[in-house]
Amino acid sequence: MGSELHNTPTSRHSLTLSSTLETVDRVEQEAEAIAVRCGFDEDDVSNIAMAVREAMVNAVVHGNAYNPAKNVTASFQVTDADLIIQICDQGDGFTSEGLPDPLLPENILRGSGRGVFLMRAFMDEVHFRLLAPGTELTLVKHRTAVENAA
Amino acid sequence: MSMKVSTRQVDGITILDLSGRITLGEGSVTLRDAVRDVLGKGEKHILLNLGDVSYIDSSGIGELVSAFTSVKNAGGDLKLLSLTKKVKDLLQITKLYTVFDVHDDEAGAVAAFTK
Repeated sequence: MGSELHNTPTSRHSLTLSSTLETVDRVEQEAEAIAVRCGFDEDDVSNIAMAVREAMVNAVVHGNAYNPAKNVTASFQVTDADLIIQICDQGDGFTSEGLPDPLLPENILRGSGRGVFLMRAFMDEVHFRLLAPGTELTLVKHRTAVENAA
Repeated sequence: MSMKVSTRQVDGITILDLSGRITLGEGSVTLRDAVRDVLGKGEKHILLNLGDVSYIDSSGIGELVSAFTSVKNAGGDLKLLSLTKKVKDLLQITKLYTVFDVHDDEAGAVAAFTK
């Protein structure tokens, strides 16, 4: 990922948590708090929190399938340029290739399938990487706009 | 904050006043059960008042869509009332804003139902 090549980390921490909906809420709240500390505006904070929530739902529900023996790891890294959030599960592995476009008329009334779309809408970069086992999902929000506004 | 639902009738329209978060888990299930209960009573004109809904995730959006199709399939109509900016933005991003009939005032929404 390009952002890691030229960004010096200013802070980094991670949480390893069980595969529950409470975990989804906790990581969402953590992301929101960090986004506030990064100086993002109210809309961006809300969008970042929602993208992280969707990523966590993917990890807990679709990746680990609520399996109590499997954990989710959420890592938060703040650099001068970016807020970088990585969510790793221990599931069968997920790739975004071939996901149906939720905006197409034939999909618009589907009851699911909008999570990855919302992540991409709200973040500047979204990357999936297959682990062995599991999936690493990286969400990046550039802080450049924050610095310019300051 | 979990989601709460209260139901009332205005001019033959069932209004569901929702508050809180419609997210995966309790919030989505609460909405699904509420719409199912109303349809089960034969009430097919449903207005969802989202004025006090602070947050919806993709699961909540999916639940709104499922409610819409369930009511349509039952021969009824479902409309939305008083969207917050956040919810309106989400429906626009997902191109659902034009799928739903969205109103800002209750009287206008109630009058818009074809009975």
